[in-house]
Amino acid sequence: MSDGHDTDRDHGHEHPKHELSYYAKRIYAIRDLLLEKGVITDKDIQCQIEYQEARSPANGARLVARAWVDPSFKARLIADPKAACAQMDIDATSINEFVVLENTETVRHMVVCTLCSCYPRPILGRPPDWYKSLNYRQRAVNDPRGVMREFGLELPDDVEVRVHDSTADIRYLVLPVRPKGSEGLSETELAKLVTRDSLIGVMDALPALPPT
Amino acid sequence: MTVTFEDRPGHIRTPWYIRGKTGWIECVHGDFLNPETLAFGRDGLPKRTLYLVAFNQADVWGKSASSKDKVLVDIYEHWLTPA
Repeated sequence: MSDGHDTDRDHGHEHPKHELSYYAKRIYAIRDLLLEKGVITDKDIQCQIEYQEARSPANGARLVARAWVDPSFKARLIADPKAACAQMDIDATSINEFVVLENTETVRHMVVCTLCSCYPRPILGRPPDWYKSLNYRQRAVNDPRGVMREFGLELPDDVEVRVHDSTADIRYLVLPVRPKGSEGLSETELAKLVTRDSLIGVMDALPALPPT
Repeated sequence: MTVTFEDRPGHIRTPWYIRGKTGWIECVHGDFLNPETLAFGRDGLPKRTLYLVAFNQADVWGKSASSKDKVLVDIYEHWLTPA
């Protein structure tokens, strides 16, 4: 057996057809061993893939949109984020501690993990590649305004920028400022203004479109 | 509080750029299993108190940083000493 992925082995799951890297081969080999030994089943793997795929920034957007329209929910989201998630049927139980950082007109928060790529995955799904890049991890802490500028956010000098380096057990989510002119929008419409990047804090929420 | 300036191998959650710098405690996150031993298959006990420590950007990077801006890092108690 050359690499453990001979095409004639029918074990019910797909293998990529292209040449695999060393680490990919290793992962598939470990997976096959775990399957052969009965430690996990194909169904376990499929369930886990579906679980990973179901987590997306849309969860964070729903939390923020509800907080914008409902002050009591906003208070709960800040005081007890996990309870607020449960109320919205968002499973945040795998996060050890979850902290929501409220942006205001005078304070902006931005989240990074300089050590690796810690990220509130249950709320936002998988982090974007730039979040894991050395470039972002270095510059987020020593030039946050420069990073925001590249995302299109130019902050006046009198705004305080607070960069959170999530080095340990805490996962952070930014609660962006509600865009001006969004007063008439429904919760669903508001959620569309909440981008992944605004939940990391490198940008504000999208501007509300003027009424047509 | 001042962050210990120390170099040792292991699963250290205190970033390099903040070692030796002085800031203040914003809040106490609570007690957590110690990742420095947990990462090596041990039990992570005793638990360590985790603090949110704030630093002026200018104290970390020098005067070029904006005077209002802060960097906030989660740091375990055994890396902190009173300034």
